[in-house]
Amino acid sequence: MGIAVGLSGVAFGAAAVTAGLSVPQACVLSLLAFTGASQFALVGVLAGGGSLAAGAAGALLLGARNTLYGLRMADLLPWRGARRLLTAHGIIDETAAGALAQPTGAWARTSFLTVFATIYVMWNATTLVGALATERIGNTEAFGLDAMGAAVFLALIAPRLREGRRERAVAVLAAAIALAAVPFLPPGVPVLLASAAALVVPGGRAATGGSTPERGDSGAPSDDGGTGRTDRGEVRTWRSGR
Amino acid sequence: MALWAVIIGTCAGCYLLKLAGLSAPRRLLDHPLVQRFAMAVPVALLAALITVQTATDGGQQLVFDPARVGGIAAAAVALLLRAPFLVVLVVAAATAAGLRLLGL
Repeated sequence: MGIAVGLSGVAFGAAAVTAGLSVPQACVLSLLAFTGASQFALVGVLAGGGSLAAGAAGALLLGARNTLYGLRMADLLPWRGARRLLTAHGIIDETAAGALAQPTGAWARTSFLTVFATIYVMWNATTLVGALATERIGNTEAFGLDAMGAAVFLALIAPRLREGRRERAVAVLAAAIALAAVPFLPPGVPVLLASAAALVVPGGRAATGGSTPERGDSGAPSDDGGTGRTDRGEVRTWRSGR
Repeated sequence: MALWAVIIGTCAGCYLLKLAGLSAPRRLLDHPLVQRFAMAVPVALLAALITVQTATDGGQQLVFDPARVGGIAAAAVALLLRAPFLVVLVVAAATAAGLRLLGL
């Protein structure tokens, strides 16, 4: 899991610098936002020429699912005060998947802390590496790094697309909306507009109660087909999509 | 400076979203519609981001860059073959770089 997170950290550092962020800016995002998909969305919109506001809005929309994880985990992680403030920072796809897969509260807390610590260290260290390395490469297009950005998103979305027809319908509709809107709206806005696809596609299979964590847009493709049935497979399913 | 402000604002927003879930009264966000939207939004946003990054010049112009499209298509094939994350990224970058080298 750590390795997979590390690879996406490098990819994020590279994407951030390619999008015009400085190395410290990339690192601050990983340290303080610590939610990979949102970070990728922000730099993705900026790289696409989008406005700062559109980039931030995309990042926050993607970050909203962490609120749902927090709701589910509130019972499992009963810490209060300063500890809760720190706990909140660790609520991401992977920690939620890990904690919610455990049979007891004590195991859930151990899982949460272990996964949080591991991923936090890896994610930040590798963001720095990726950002520094990319800063030294001048022409990122010659190395195909522009294609890598979209490839990261593709890898993030792949487990969700395997899940069902509704996910695929949402994706296709969103892509169509974005494509149609590009010539008419300022950069960044088409992407936000496309999030409406999540509203209009009827839910053939609504997100059912307790099983939410496996439904998150998670990270790298897992070889269990994204079903996340086993403990190990589940954590791996989630590994890089903070 | 504006970029720094947006970065700090995004960080604060992302953190508050996490904290809100941990602290909020359960019924507030437990509505099935809210849940469905929150879980489907990532799919929509990421699909839109892929499209925009693949098919535009970064502005309002639709473009077809064979090298970039080739790289992303190669990544999709790698994903269909269940390749690991790193392999997918390397395949995408290498394909795009290779096609550019060939003058596409």
